[in-house]
Order: sequence, then C-alpha cells, then structure tokens
Amino acid sequence: MGVVDHKNPDPVLNDFAYEVGPTQPIAIAGNRTCWELSGTLNSGTTVISAPSGIVDYRPEEMIVTVRAGTTIKDLDECLAVHKQRTSLPDRGGTVGGAIAVGHNDLQRLGKGSVRDAVLRLRYISSEGQIITCGGPVVKNVTGFNLHKLMVGSFGTIGLIAEATLRTNPIPPAQSWVKTMIDPKLVFDKLLRPSAILWDGQTTWVHLEGHLPDITAQKKTLGKFGTLDEVAHGPELPANRWSLPPADLYQLDTSDIGNFVASIGVGTVWADLPQKKGPPDKGKLIIENRLKQQFDPENRLSPGRKVGNWS
Amino acid sequence: MSFLDRFKKAIGRTTSQDPFVADLIEALSAERVHFDATQRFLHSHDASVFDEGNAGPVCFPITTQEVQEIMQIAQQYSRPVVARGAGTGLAGGAIPLGEPAVIAMTKMNKILEIDIDNRVAWVEPGVINLDLSIHLQQYGYHFAPDPSSQQVCTIGGNVANNSGGPHCLAYGVTDAHVLALEVILPDGEMAVIGGLEPEPEGLDLRGAFIGSEGTLGITTKIGVRITKTPPDVRTLLLSFSSMRDAAQTVSAVIAAGIVPAAMEVMDQRITNAVESFVGAGYPIDAAAVLLVEVEGLIDGTEIEASHIREIGFKHGATNIRVADSEQERELLWKGRKTAFGAIAQIAPDYYLHDTVVPRSSLADVLEKIDEVAERYELIVMNVFHAGDGNLHPLLLFDAREEGMLEKVHAAGAEIMRISLDAGGVLSGEHGIGIEKQAYMNELFTDEDLNHQNRLRYAFDPDCRSNPGKVLPAGHSCADIQALKKVPEGIWG
Repeated sequence: MGVVDHKNPDPVLNDFAYEVGPTQPIAIAGNRTCWELSGTLNSGTTVISAPSGIVDYRPEEMIVTVRAGTTIKDLDECLAVHKQRTSLPDRGGTVGGAIAVGHNDLQRLGKGSVRDAVLRLRYISSEGQIITCGGPVVKNVTGFNLHKLMVGSFGTIGLIAEATLRTNPIPPAQSWVKTMIDPKLVFDKLLRPSAILWDGQTTWVHLEGHLPDITAQKKTLGKFGTLDEVAHGPELPANRWSLPPADLYQLDTSDIGNFVASIGVGTVWADLPQKKGPPDKGKLIIENRLKQQFDPENRLSPGRKVGNWS
Repeated sequence: MSFLDRFKKAIGRTTSQDPFVADLIEALSAERVHFDATQRFLHSHDASVFDEGNAGPVCFPITTQEVQEIMQIAQQYSRPVVARGAGTGLAGGAIPLGEPAVIAMTKMNKILEIDIDNRVAWVEPGVINLDLSIHLQQYGYHFAPDPSSQQVCTIGGNVANNSGGPHCLAYGVTDAHVLALEVILPDGEMAVIGGLEPEPEGLDLRGAFIGSEGTLGITTKIGVRITKTPPDVRTLLLSFSSMRDAAQTVSAVIAAGIVPAAMEVMDQRITNAVESFVGAGYPIDAAAVLLVEVEGLIDGTEIEASHIREIGFKHGATNIRVADSEQERELLWKGRKTAFGAIAQIAPDYYLHDTVVPRSSLADVLEKIDEVAERYELIVMNVFHAGDGNLHPLLLFDAREEGMLEKVHAAGAEIMRISLDAGGVLSGEHGIGIEKQAYMNELFTDEDLNHQNRLRYAFDPDCRSNPGKVLPAGHSCADIQALKKVPEGIWG
C-alpha cells in the first residue's frame, strides 16, 4: 500500500495557477454553453481555458478526478466503458462549466444533483494559489464544505481547475413513455423515477433500473391511463426556472408561456424568463462578506453576478 | 482528575455578579437560564473521551426569537456561544471552550409541518432523528440519515455534523437531505439559506453551513427532504473466515455496479459482544460478518440480492443468511446499531474512531490498525460502514489505569495517519471538533486552511460561535480572542 500525498496536486495545475496569476481581471471559458447566464464579463477581462484530461479514474471506488476543461462528453465516454456516469448534465459543456453553473441534469431524480456529485475541488484563488477543498473519498466531513460553495458560483470566488466526482452505475435498462395521466399521480405512484416532465397536458416519464422493475412500474401506471413508448422526452423551452416542486401544479401560462416542468424537482423550462424575488437580507450579508473574503479586488469573473452582492 | 473531583471543582462558582446572565434571564426567564454549577458541569462535555470544557450560563430557548436575543446579548458582551443538541458528538464539537453561553436546543423539538407535495418536513432542531422517521411512517416516508445514535441525537446536531449512518451508502449523508435552513448568525441576524427550489438563487450557503459544527451560527428551523420508503427490502448476513474476504466482497459488490442501501462489517470480537447482548443469531465463529441491505421494487431487489450472494460465495463467504421476516431484519439491525453499547461487557471505556479510506484499501488498513493495537497492547474492535470505506475502530480500555488515555490517543493518532496515507480523510461522519484539529494540517495546506477560515469569517467575523473548533490553531486567530474574552473573576 503506497502513501498518498494529499497536498501534491497534478503538476498541470501549477501551470494553470501561474497563468491565472495574482493580478488582473480573469475568467475561465468552458464551451460557453451558459456564457451569458449570470451577466456579462467586464471588458478587459482576460479569458482563459482550464486544463483538460482525466487525472484518475477508479471504477471500483466510483470516483473520478478530472481537470475542469474536460468536456462532459469525453468524461461520459470514459466512464461508460465501466458502465458508470456522473450526475453532471451533458449539454455540450465542460466539467468545470457544469460545476460553476450548478444546473442539474434533466434526470435529476435518477442521477442525483451536481452539488452532491462533487467530492473534492481544486480551484485557483484570487491570489493565484491552488486551493483544495473536500476530499477524495465518497464520504467526508473533514473541515468546512468549501467545495459546496463553489458549485453554482460562476467562477466568482475561485476558478475551478480540477474536480473529483462521485460516479454511479448506469442502470441496466431505461425507457421513456408518454401519457395523459396527471403528473402528480404519476409521481405519487412511482418509486424513484428518473424524470417526470409535464407541459400542462402531456406527461413524459423516464424510468431506469432493472428491466422487470421498469415493466412493473409501467404496469402500475397503466392502471390509470394509456402509455406510449417514445424515444425521448419533449423539446425544452429556453428559459430555466427554479421553483418549489408543489408550485409546478399551479403554473400560470400568462407568467411563464409554454413550459415543460420537471415534476418532483421544481425545474421548469419556459418561454419567458423567471422574475427574481427580493434577496433574503441575512443571506445577502453573508454573500457580500464571502465575495470580500475570497475576491476582495473583484478580479474573478468581474461582471458576473451570482449572489446579490453589491 | 476523576469525574467526581472535576465536579467538586465546578461546585461553588458563582455567576450572580455577571450582567450577561441577568440579560439572558430577562430575555428567556429564570427557569430557562441555568447558571448553577451542576447544570454548567452537565453541559460541559459531550459523548467524546475528551475532558469537559467550561460552560457559561446554559440557556434553553423555545423560539427563534429567543435564540436571536441570546445571540444579540452575547454579541453585546463579546461572549462566545455554543449550541448543542443531545450531546452525542464524539469529536468534542459541543465541548464549551472559553466559558460560552451554552444554547441547548433540546426544547425546540417540534415537527412543524409534513409537506408531501414538496417532499419536505419542517422541523425544529431539537427533534430527535428517529422520532421524525417514526412520525413519517404513516405517510410512507422516512428521513434517510440514520446515525447509530438516532434514538437520541437531534436533527440540529445532524446538520451541524453532517451526520451519516449505515443507510447513507445509497442515500447520501445529511447534506443531501437538507433543503433549507433558518439560521441565526452570531450577531443575531437571521438568514434563510437554501430553499425548496432545486437550484436556489445565489451561493450555496446551505451546503457550506451543513457540517460546520456550530461555528457559523445556529439553525432554528430545518427543511429536510423526506424519502419514500421502498416496498421491498432484502437483508443479507454474510459470514467470512477472514476480514480480507469480507472487505474484498464489499469492493466486488460496488465494482459489479450494485449500490446497496447499506453494507456494514463487524469483526469477530464485536460480533461476539453483540450476539451475547441482543441474541440476533450472529455467527460467533466467523472472523467477519457483512450485513448488506438492498431496497427497491421486488424484482430488482431479488436480482441484486442474488448477485450479491454470488459475489459473496465467490469471495469466500462461508455462509449467507437472508432475513425472511421484518422481525428478523430488525433484530439483525438492532445488533448492528447497539454494537457500541455491547462493548460495556468487555471494558469500561472505549474510544470510537472515525476515518474514511478508499474501499479497495480496507483490508490493508484494517491489518495495519491491528498491528497498531497490538503494539500498544490495546483491544481493537471493528464495526464500520464498509460500503463507503468509513472505518470505526474501537479502542477498548480502562481509563482508571495510569497512562492509559495517553496510550489510546497515541494509537488513535497512528490510525489517522494510516488512513491518510491510504488516500483517506480524517472523518466520515463524526467531524473534527477538537479531536482532529491538529491533524488538519496533514490533509490540507496552510492556504487551504486559510480559505476555510475565510468561509468561517464571512459568517462569524468575531469567531464567537463555538470557538476553538475544527480549524487548527494558527488558522483561526480570532478564536483565540474569543476564548480570552471572559471577564476575570466572573466564573470563580
């Protein structure tokens, strides 16, 4: 049994940290699939790419360590050899981008959330140093959960360089069905569906698992209406909403337009953008302090607005 | 110094001159602010092996507003605070340092709302973990984190420690099951972090707060995800003639693409202790037993149970028993969950460790731990969450023996280093507390720890909330200030 050195990161990251340096406004671009989502970068910001490549993959541990610039497509292909996957969504982007944005996959119910997949992160600080947070095992409560804070932070408090992710087995079978059954009833009757999508009239259901279980779940649903096998779910409108799951049953199309709602999750894809409510005062105080602590010069992805800091 | 001597030393202190206490009484009531030596001593330790700290006044708030008032008063007097639930922590996280106001959350113990449509239960932090799951049975749901102390530990404590439990292998630890938190910051400000939305706006403060061991503030209301209870459960007990065979079976099950709800291993010593304690029918001649549970729909669980049986026999299982009734299943789990209590038959004291290693190195690490125990002439027992590599070596001892505690701590330090060398981490579910602060430097660089301190500072700029915990000295300078702020002479 060799000795693991926790403090000695991939040498490629040293070069990346040098490139980020300690001064000047800077941001990372992945594949720019969500580039405008949190605001526009200030002019004069240097935009660089994170390094790519899979650093370490241990299928028997269900853990993979990957550089942030790796595309999710490449990661998925590597994991699929061992019939595994992560919960990161493949929308043409990179691993670092998916973590920095923090949006979950369409199959959130089956694959889990992005935030729960991230076990350890290495990021470059506003001072240009490599910082490690989290740990390289599936269960860990050693110190503060800085890695959670990085998920969905859009590169505003640290630039993600490397991620260690939890992997999961790809279920042996899967199936999409379309039905007119009430989506709430569908959610109540099924055990661990992978996705339930609803456009106000039609419900699409994605089931994964052992084939006999999928057959049994369809049989359960079949008592309440007809099911049609389909190749995939519906096309999704452009704007993403995030709502409490129970609110999805009372969506007002005059506010939202055409929509596809992820039942049991709370994500809605809609024609119209979501209007944001006022921020919680206490949360705002902490977010401002965090930005001050982690990026006092506002050099990391300046112009992007994640929290509500002023 | 014996427990009795320490208690005697605590008696006789007076607080009557402290205006801090007078203000707390005015905010809560005399019945719910205790400053007598007995109460302060009772709240000066947790379930760890560490010596107690020095509790200041002990407050029992019953509302969020009262917690806010306590925090505001503490801020006014520049005094530290420490929140505590049931005090079941094993890393010294609730031991009060710097004579803080102890905020006992046990009276805020109401289940506020079960919201099935949102799959959330709103609870106060003093709700006992198991009580919530029992309450949820009528709806067909449960709260997934199930620490071994679930009959007494509180959900607020689970949030502070990011607690785990046997069934966290498939479901994830507390962090995966907390949606929203109402927290009171150390300056008395309230913040609502997280939310029922899947991707709440802003930074994930909820994720940062969970597992922060009371150093970022106090939670007063928790929205926890509730999990539908599956219709079918299969529980298997596999016997092995060596620990290595058991550990390799665990790795092989995961490598085969099966993620059971739980995979727990017990070695022969603990199995024997458990068997004579609960009579669950555990095989006392086996070198190791592996308790595996799969959950889901009936066909899938049968497929997975069958596959696990094949893997078990292939890796040397000498016998595989499948629980054929709910009563048998409960008995097997009772054995596992009361394992620590069973140890009282063997030695008066034990030190329960908590590290995580890669699953594939379980067998090697366990052999090294045996070597350490032998070298220090200690009895070691192993009962652990094998599925996620979360080891819990138990070092048995008699604290009355001269020099024994020092020997136990030295052996514990070696166990931690062995785990880190194997690519593991310091703690899987107990936290750092005061137990492992000194070892944080072995896992993290100074810069890493500096960034953790920045997070701490953003929530608690004066470092008055549970000072002296988690981060090692030198990385939480303000803690030292907080610890020194008790006026001289006040506490006798």
